[in-house]
Formats: sequence, C-alpha cells, structure tokens
Amino acid sequence: MTATLEVRNLRTHFFTRAGVVKAVDDVSFSIAGGQVLGLVGESGSGKSVTGFSVMGLVDPPGHVVEGAILYQGRDITRLSERDMRALRGNRIAMIFQDPMMTLNPVLRIDTQMIEAVQAHAKVSRAQARSRARDALGQVGIPSPDERLAAYPHQFSGGMRQRVAIAIALLHHPDLLIADEPTTALDVTIQAQILSEVQKLAVTYGTALIWITHDLSVIAGLADEIAVMYAGRIVETGSAARVLDTPLHPYTQGLIGSVPSRNRRGEKLRQIPGMTPSLLRLPPGCAFRTRCPHADAACEQEPEPSQPVPGQTTRCFHPLIAVSA
Amino acid sequence: MTTWLIRRLIQALFVVLAMSVIVFIGVHVIGNPVDILISPEADQAERARIIASLGLDQPLWKQYVLFVDDALRGDLGRSFVFNEPALRLIAQRMPATLELAVTAVLMSMLFGIPLGLYAGLYPDGVVARTIMAGSILGFSLPTFWVGLMLIMVFAVQLGWLPSTGRGATAELFGIQWSFLTLDGLRHLLLPALNLSLFNISLVLRLVRAGVRETLPMDFVKFARAKGLAPARVIFVHVLKNIMIPVVTVVGLELGSTIAFAVVTESVFAWPGMGKLIIDSINVLDRPVIVAYLMMIVLLFVTINLVVDLLYTLLDPRVRLEAKG
Amino acid sequence: MSSADTAPKLPLPLREGVGGRGPVREETPFRRFVSEFAASHIAVAGLIIFVLIGVAAIFASLIAPQNPYDLAQLDIMDGRLPPGSASSTGYTYLLGTDDQGRDMLSGILYGLRISLGVGVGSALIACVVGTSLGLFAAYIGGRTDAAIMRLVDLQLSFPSILVALMILAVLGKGVMNVVLALVIVEWAYYTRTVRASALVERRREYIEAAECLALPRRRIIFRHLLPNCLPPLIVIATQQVARAIALEATLSFLGLGVPITEPSLGLLIANGYQYMLSGKYWISFYPGIALLVTIVSINLVGDQLRDVLNPRLKR
Ligand SMILES: Nc1ncnc2c1ncn2[C@@H]1O[C@H](COP(=O)(O)OP(=O)(O)OP(=O)(O)O)[C@@H](O)[C@H]1O
Ligand code: SF4
Ligand SMILES: [Mg+2]
Repeated sequence: MTATLEVRNLRTHFFTRAGVVKAVDDVSFSIAGGQVLGLVGESGSGKSVTGFSVMGLVDPPGHVVEGAILYQGRDITRLSERDMRALRGNRIAMIFQDPMMTLNPVLRIDTQMIEAVQAHAKVSRAQARSRARDALGQVGIPSPDERLAAYPHQFSGGMRQRVAIAIALLHHPDLLIADEPTTALDVTIQAQILSEVQKLAVTYGTALIWITHDLSVIAGLADEIAVMYAGRIVETGSAARVLDTPLHPYTQGLIGSVPSRNRRGEKLRQIPGMTPSLLRLPPGCAFRTRCPHADAACEQEPEPSQPVPGQTTRCFHPLIAVSA
Repeated sequence: MTTWLIRRLIQALFVVLAMSVIVFIGVHVIGNPVDILISPEADQAERARIIASLGLDQPLWKQYVLFVDDALRGDLGRSFVFNEPALRLIAQRMPATLELAVTAVLMSMLFGIPLGLYAGLYPDGVVARTIMAGSILGFSLPTFWVGLMLIMVFAVQLGWLPSTGRGATAELFGIQWSFLTLDGLRHLLLPALNLSLFNISLVLRLVRAGVRETLPMDFVKFARAKGLAPARVIFVHVLKNIMIPVVTVVGLELGSTIAFAVVTESVFAWPGMGKLIIDSINVLDRPVIVAYLMMIVLLFVTINLVVDLLYTLLDPRVRLEAKG
Repeated sequence: MSSADTAPKLPLPLREGVGGRGPVREETPFRRFVSEFAASHIAVAGLIIFVLIGVAAIFASLIAPQNPYDLAQLDIMDGRLPPGSASSTGYTYLLGTDDQGRDMLSGILYGLRISLGVGVGSALIACVVGTSLGLFAAYIGGRTDAAIMRLVDLQLSFPSILVALMILAVLGKGVMNVVLALVIVEWAYYTRTVRASALVERRREYIEAAECLALPRRRIIFRHLLPNCLPPLIVIATQQVARAIALEATLSFLGLGVPITEPSLGLLIANGYQYMLSGKYWISFYPGIALLVTIVSINLVGDQLRDVLNPRLKR
C-alpha cells in the first residue's frame, strides 16, 4: 500500500540577504490514511516550513531546493501550479497557527467558505452555502445559519479556528496538516478541538499531520512521532516507542520538560542553552552545543540510523544503553 | 449609527460656523468692508444707502449675525462684474468643476490601482522602479507646469486633443455635461489627466504599500491554501483589504482636487468655479470671492461626512462599533 | 466615537530603508550622517545642482548677460526671438527673448532669485513660527496644547492652494503677501512634526532631571527639547522649501502672487503662456525647466535626508 504522503530528503532554503537559511534540511517521513503523525520541535525548527513545502506555498526568498514530496506516489514538487492548485484545499489541506490571522477580516464567513467550496466543486452558490453550513455544524458551531453572515472579528479565537478547520475539511481531504492550531487557544478548548479534528480525520480516512512544540498535546493521539531540530528530523518512530524509549538526547530533553511526566517534587528539567541560529549552525550535529552526551565524534554529521527496528534517529550515541 | 451621524453633523456644523467667522473676519475686519462689498462705481448717496442697508454702521457682532442670516437665506451679495447673485454664478459654474474633479478622481483610481498593484506584486522589476520614480515626479511637479507640458505635447505638437474649453455639452438633469458628448470627452481628457496626476501618484503609492503589507499576511496564504486562483486571491482577498484606505484617501482628496481645479481650470480655460474665482480675485469681485469660499467650506465638510459614512460601510469592524 | 478613532492607519509611502549597515570605525554622528547621505549618488547630484542653482540665483546680477529690468538695456525689436538668435547689439540670446525683448537666460536667473528667496524665506519663517508653537504646545501641554493642535488640524484639513488663495484674495498681490500666505500655509506642518517628537523627548529622563534642577523653561525647551527635534525638522523643512517654491510659482502663474515688477519663475511662465499655442514655446518652456530642476533637486535631497534621518528617529 502506498502512503498518503511520503516526504523524501526534502530541503527548503531561504535565500535571504543575511545568508542562506536552511529551514528544512534533509527531512524524510511518511504517513498513511487515517493515521496521525505528530511533528514536534522547538520554535524555529522548521515545522511550519515543512508544512508549507508540502502545500507548495513556500514564498520567495525561499523554495524547495531538493527532495521529493510523494502524494499517493506522485511527486507533487514537479506539478504545474495549476495542477497543484487543484490539490490544495481539496486533497491536501492545512490549518494555520494563528486563528486570529487566518480569516480575511473584510470578507464575511460565507464568502470565504463558498469560494472554498466552489474552488473545487462545480456547484451553485446555494448548494455551496448549504455545504458550508453543514461543515460549520460539524465542527460544533451553534446556529451555523446565522454565523455564516458574520465577519471574523465577531468570533472568538476558538470559534475562528473551528471555522478554519471547517474550511480545511470541506472537501474531505486525504491529508490535513494542522500547524499548531490550538497553541493560541486556552487549554480546555485545545483538547476539545484536537479530539474533534481527530474524530473527523478518522471518519474521512484523512491522514493527519499535527504540528506542535508541546509533546503532551499529541502524546495520547499520535500514531507516529517525528521530532525536528534545526531543520532536521532527529528521531522518528511509533508514538509509544518515542515517548517511552527516546533514542535522541533532544527527544529525551523534550520529554523531560513536559510537566506531567515529572515526578512530584522533582524539578522541571529544561534543555539548557538556546536554539542555534539557522544562519550559523556549527558543523556536525546541530544539537552538540546543548547535548550532555556530546563528544568529539559529534563534530561529524550524524546520519539517520535504526538502532532499534521501527525507530530511527540522527545521533552518534543513541540512548539505547541508558533506557535498556 | 444614528447618534453617530448626529454627532458628526454637529461637528460639521461647528466647522462651517468657525469658517464663516474666519471668512467674515477676513472680509469685514482685515479688509475694508465698504471697499469689499460696494462697487467702486457707486456714488456717495448710494454708498451711504448701502452701508446702512448692509448694517455696516452696526456693532461687529450684529454685523456677523446679519451676515449669517443673509447667508442662510442664500444671499451672499451680488457680483459687481456680472450683476447677478454671487451664489447663482457659482452654482452655474459648479457642474463643470465637479465634472472635472470627479473625472480626475476616477482616473486616479483607474490608473493608480493597477500601477500600484503591479509595483506591489513585482517590486524589484525595472517597470516597478520606473513607476515609483514617476510617482515622485507626480508628487512634486506643480500642476500648472504639467498642464502646460500636456498642452505643449498633445495639443500643440501632436495636435491630438484640444487644449481649451469644455467642448460640446449635452443636458442631463437640467445641467450641461461634457462627458456626454464625444467632443466634450476629448476636451475633458487633458485637464482631467492633469488634475489627476497628483492623486494617481498618491493612490499608486498607497496601493503598492498596501500590497506589500498584505501579501505576507496569513489570511492571504490561507486563501491560497484553499486552492483559489491567483486572480481571486489578489483581486478579492488582497485588494478588498487595501480598498478601505484607498477609498478613504481618494474621497478625502476630492475636496483638495476641487480646490486644485482652480489651477487646472486656469491652464485649460475650463469654465468652472475655479476659473471664476481667479477672474473674480483679479478684478476684485469680492462678493463672488466670499460666496466661493463659503461654498467650498460647505463642500469640504459634506465630503468629509460622506467619506466617513462610506468608510463605515466598507469596513465591517468600524460599522459594528458605530452601531454600538 | 469621534472621526479620529475611525481614521485608518495609512501605510506611509516610505522608501525602503538602507538596512544592513555594520558598525564602522569611530565616527562622529555628523560624519556618519554625511557618509550615509553620500551613499545615494543621485541625492548628491541633487545637492550639487541645488547649490549651483542657489549660487546662480544669488549672483544673478553678476552672471546674467543683461539686467532684464533695466529698460534701457531692452530692445522691443528683439521681442520673441527664438533661442540662439543674435541681438541687435551683436550678443547671442541663448534661450531666446520674451515679448519685451528681454533675454530669457537673464530673466530666468533673476526669476530664480525671487522664487528661491520667497520659497526659502517663507519656509524659514514658517519653521521658526511652527517650531516655537510646537515646542510650546508639547512643553505646556493641557489646554494650550489642545487649542494649538485643534488649529493645526483645522489648518491642515484645508488644501494649501485654497488657504493661500483666501489670504491673497483679502490682501492682494505682493512679494510680502505671498511670503505671509506661504507661512500661514506651512507653519502647521512644522508644529505637528515638532510637537510629536518633542512629546517623545519630554518623557525621557534627562528632561525630568533638568526640570528637577529647576533650570529655566526657556533653557529646557531650546537646549534640550529642540536639538532632539532637529532630524525630523530638517526633513520637513527641505520638503516645505520645495512645496513653497511650487506653490509660489502656481500663485504667480495664476496672477495672484508676485507683481509684474518682480517676476518669479511662475510669472515668467505665465507671461509666455499666451505665445505657447503659436509655437513660441521657449518663453514658457525654459523658465519651466528651471522650476522643474529646482524642485526635483530639492526633493532628491529631501528624500535621502528622510531615509538617512528616519531610522535614527526610531532608535
Ligand atoms: N520567509 C522567510 N525568510 C527567511 N527565513 C524564514 C522565512 N520563513 C521561515 N524562515 C526561517 O525558517 C526557520 C523555520 O521556521 P518555521 O516557521 O518553520 O518554524 P516553526 O518550527 O514552525 O516554529 P514555530 O513553532 O515558531 O512556528 C526559522 O528559523 C525562520 O527564521
Ligand atoms: S550526535 Fe552527539 S551531540 Fe548530537 S545528539 Fe547525538 S550525542 Fe548529542
Ligand atoms: Mg510554525
């Protein structure tokens, strides 16, 4: 069975005045229909850019410089803009980070939903409108008929994100990229939205990539987890394995910094140091300056390895011995 | 909305009152009202009679009340030159000026929006740079100078377009208009272009800045993520956001365009109120001057009000706040 | 809700800054200012041209081949000669002559003197008046401030041409009247700018310190507030000189500005206007070019000044 999405050795770079920013540098992962992939990493690690690369929405001065993005076996980096547009919002959809900014402030909700329906389905305005209304109902917006005629600023942040989700799910996409859609919302709403989106994804057989910087958000829901650091994926594997027996020191650090996983009375373990600037990455392992296990070997570039079946990592000293 | 409107009306009334005081002081205190309001040809008896009838022997505040009282009844004196009520003279010339100014404002959007859009979408190209350099000239060159050049090139050298007068007119709503006949349109073109150059520069800079500012916004990316065609993204999502400031500015500029029509009308011998006021100043036909100034103030205040209204209609956020 | 609340935040049509300057050797602020200004060759060219024009205007009576207002030197027989014609006294009219037989080149040099004199003079007076009011408003605050700013708003809501027209309609023609009209048109721009930056400065600690030391008001205002308002003031003043010259030319062209005995460029253009349709373009055209070059050169300098001085404002 071919995966819904398979990303192979993707590199997306930004050619800025200050230098080349390798926001995504040799990233590979895959995801099948109905599955949930958690893409985790600190701010600036390249999660959003990975998502935009899949959508074909990387703006100058950036572009995909290398690699393949296979959607149902077809490399979509080679598609014409017109063919890509036919997929966007239709087979592959995305929800953005900041719900306050994703909806156009001067257009009514119905305008923004109807145009999304009509972009991919030859239906009348009335039909498009009724589909939009149903979609709003599905994401739990009360009295959708009235709400359609409203403007975005009349909605709360949580409601706006539901509208964005409704729009993304209008055409029951095969792949949904959710880029930290709940980070800006408060905790109770976060959990609600996450489980609702997951339910819908299961209903439609949609493959779901859930981007977050907070492991605890997806701990219970993700099938697979990919951990990103400085433009690279440093560890992948099933959620259970990655969370219980992390191989990469960075993953371990992330898990250590999740409050619920700390034993009582124990101090919260923060990863020391700062995310390095992507413009001036040290040669070798990018995590070297913060890693407790770093040694001379780490001045070389670590390649992905599979010390345990089904779990890959980019590290010279994976933590098998420690966790075993 | 109603309270808002009433408040704005009261504000407007205050401005008109303030300006009437200023014009009154200008004419009655700084200048000699006897010289200003009485034809130099009048003999001694006539002078005394008029001084009494105008109440110039009364205390100043009473004179002002009288002035306002007359003004309210639409009596701002008689022109010495035409021996007609000054107000009627101005009313006769007003359509020509309004026609010119409105055409100029429309032209400024017609040229300014596409040019600004282009310069905003391709900011680094040679064409965009040329457009921006041209707009600096449009800002800084005196209108009359550009008018002369237009006449020199298009009327004298090339002989394509006429350089003076309104040409043939046709009647609509009991008023003569140039834009209804082909000859009239030919006459309208150069003066309207001349008058619009400043506004074209203004609009194109506003639009360019707006495009540069809006393009990187999340909601534009989200619109693209829905799979919309580029035309819809640019003309609906981007442009609609920019149109609010543009329409406001263009509307506010209508007032100064009418004021600057004074220059263009003189260059192109366009028989509007601008030419009338210049002629009147040159022959010291002061009742006409006073009437013109009061009319212009009223016009300004009205325009400001209408623009405010239009602005609330365009921007849903303001509209709702105004509703309370 | 007042209209001020609904006013849209308009994106300023500013040029992109010259970002990315690294730290350089020790430099005085003035040196850095000069080197940043010189980064734009076109602005330097504008400055050179403007200085040349200024020198030509100041020494017009020495440079000009003819004194165009000495009737004894004019020969009506030489009227409306095209550029390059020889005069009856054997001298060449490089830019032709006007209807009085006046050498256009001389007329332009003398006209420049009046145009520049009126433009720069009125801008300077407006600068002094407007700056004083702005500083005063910012320092005093309260009702005085509110009253002054109301006046500024009212003034700025009417287009410059209209205000100038009103004043000249009441006062009549004359060089001094034009200067007065231009000052009245312009002062508000200075006041608004100076008040805004003075308000920012006022809240700084050193002003509070100066107040605690009970330094005299005048000293605080002029020694402490004013110097910090200078960068935006310089930018505005440059722009206003260009605007004043353009407005004076416009008013004179309309016959409301300077009298016929002291013709500025605008009046020269107006005089030649009637002959333009018959193809005798030079009487209007060359004064027009002089006006154009003057205004554009000032604006080039002004644009670069704005780019150089603006980032410093934000710091
Ligand atoms: N347009 C751009 N120009 C230059 N660099 C960019 C651009 N967009 C992103 N980057 C760089 O790419 C890197 C990755 O950014 P990205 O937005 O993918 O991070 P992220 O993992 O999504 O972080 P966050 O959790 O903050 O959203 C960042 O270092 C950023 O500076
Ligand atoms: S490669 Fe070395 S530095 Fe990098 S994570 Fe592994 S142990 Fe740490
Ligand atoms: Mg992100």
